[in-house]
Amino acid sequence: MTAEIRMRAVDYSLFYGDFKALNSISLDIPTYRISAFIGPSGCGKSTFLRSFNRMNDLIPGVTTSGKVLLDGNDVSKEDVVNLRRKVGMVFQRPNPFPKSIFDNVAYGPRLHGTKNRSDLAVIVERSLKGAALWDEVKDDLGKSGMSLSGGQQQRLCIARAIAVEPEVILMDEPASALDPVATLKIEELMNVLKKNYTIAIVTHNMQQAARVSDYTAFLLTDENRAGNLIEFGPTKQIFTTPSDSRTEDYISGRFG
Amino acid sequence: MNRRALNQNAAFAMFWIAGAVAVLIMAFVVGYIMLKGLPGITADFFTSSPRGGLSGEGGIYSTIVTTFYMVVVTLAFAVPFGVGAAIYLTEYSGTSESRMVLKLVSVARFGVETLAGVPSIIFGLFGYALFVSALNFGFSILSASMAGACLIIPVIIRTTEEALKAVPTGYREASLALGANRWETIWKVILPSAFRGISTGILLSAGRIVSETAIFFVTLGGSYRVPHSLMSGGRTMALHVYYLAMETRAFDKAMSTAAVLVGLIVLMNLSINMITNRISAKEYK
Repeated sequence: MTAEIRMRAVDYSLFYGDFKALNSISLDIPTYRISAFIGPSGCGKSTFLRSFNRMNDLIPGVTTSGKVLLDGNDVSKEDVVNLRRKVGMVFQRPNPFPKSIFDNVAYGPRLHGTKNRSDLAVIVERSLKGAALWDEVKDDLGKSGMSLSGGQQQRLCIARAIAVEPEVILMDEPASALDPVATLKIEELMNVLKKNYTIAIVTHNMQQAARVSDYTAFLLTDENRAGNLIEFGPTKQIFTTPSDSRTEDYISGRFG
Repeated sequence: MNRRALNQNAAFAMFWIAGAVAVLIMAFVVGYIMLKGLPGITADFFTSSPRGGLSGEGGIYSTIVTTFYMVVVTLAFAVPFGVGAAIYLTEYSGTSESRMVLKLVSVARFGVETLAGVPSIIFGLFGYALFVSALNFGFSILSASMAGACLIIPVIIRTTEEALKAVPTGYREASLALGANRWETIWKVILPSAFRGISTGILLSAGRIVSETAIFFVTLGGSYRVPHSLMSGGRTMALHVYYLAMETRAFDKAMSTAAVLVGLIVLMNLSINMITNRISAKEYK
């Protein structure tokens, strides 16, 4: 891997109380690339993804060991508000707020201190264009975000995430609730977004991982049901010449 | 017709009759009150105060004023505590790591459930002992509204909790993931989304205050004069109905007051529906 490294997990484990959910994972997320996490349900890939913006902090009883680094700095030492500003997230189900399209996109910038309406308008337009939604909604920014179609809602959520200009965007199965056409649009969008953002995506659609990602991580639970990283490398290599037989079994559809 | 279809028709017929009877009883009660009460309602009835005495002469002006004060002051006590407690219970307490806090929360929840089922006269008795006597607030709007707040706080906590729980987890996650802290998330996303449910709960509680008598019987005093401060006694419309019916010869005035009261409650329920519809129309436009 020659690319610069934006985020890095070092010997990272996560526990729910006494139960170990992630077992000593080390992995690098290269800058301006798409890294996909694949693996069967329950392997901990979403939990792992949520470690990068500390969303697991919200769950009582969660403890961790090892480190997650952003630009070399330990995220657990960073102010969580600041961290989440730099590491945005898009969720599995589109979750626009019951507010107007404008207010949805302006939510983050307002939190972080942009109050001026014309500044906000510039950010909203730029973000909606960045999420390939502008042309569909530009005449109707006052309309509720909830009134959009599922695919449009998800692109609105992407616009909302990039409005605070993060460095990294985490996507937790962003297309699994969408139809094939909307899915394709999101995938095309990801290819554009990676010019300016580092992307990590969880998917259990292997074709999707193969189509969009530059790097792929394969996670699997061990006999204690803890998630382990089996293999991480360039997507082409993982899908054509995996070095671990379990990876090969999974991508060839023998289980999962 | 076969047997199964026949069974179905018989069952539906019974439901229809049950529904019709329920509606008829209600229509009869309201209709009777309106029939007896409406003729006595004139402009003068609204603008003059009761003159006291056995004859029950006069209107209901002072009781309208007292009812209004009671609703406003009681809500002023109850809403901050009720909504605040519900926010704590749903949004904060769950993430606490302390067993002590979790235990306290479950006790508090159980307490809220129990309080919601306590007969209102018990709150009256409590209010009389504490606010009227021990704290020496006397028979006053202050005493009565504090006792009334005890009655409706559990209602507000429960309806607010339900409204907060109905807010999708996705909104919370989205807000937090954008760098909002928990308070910003509650203030900017959760409370606005739960507004409809919360305001419905508050309006329902306002309805409880308008129709409550037992508590105010032992805390508000029953003066028929227009209250001039928080320390004044008074009587609400509902209380006035009782006094008129039991202590005067003016049963027709009791009926007229009851008719106004029923009209007010209907109006409040209509406004609940309006809030509900307006907000959902805005959300899904």
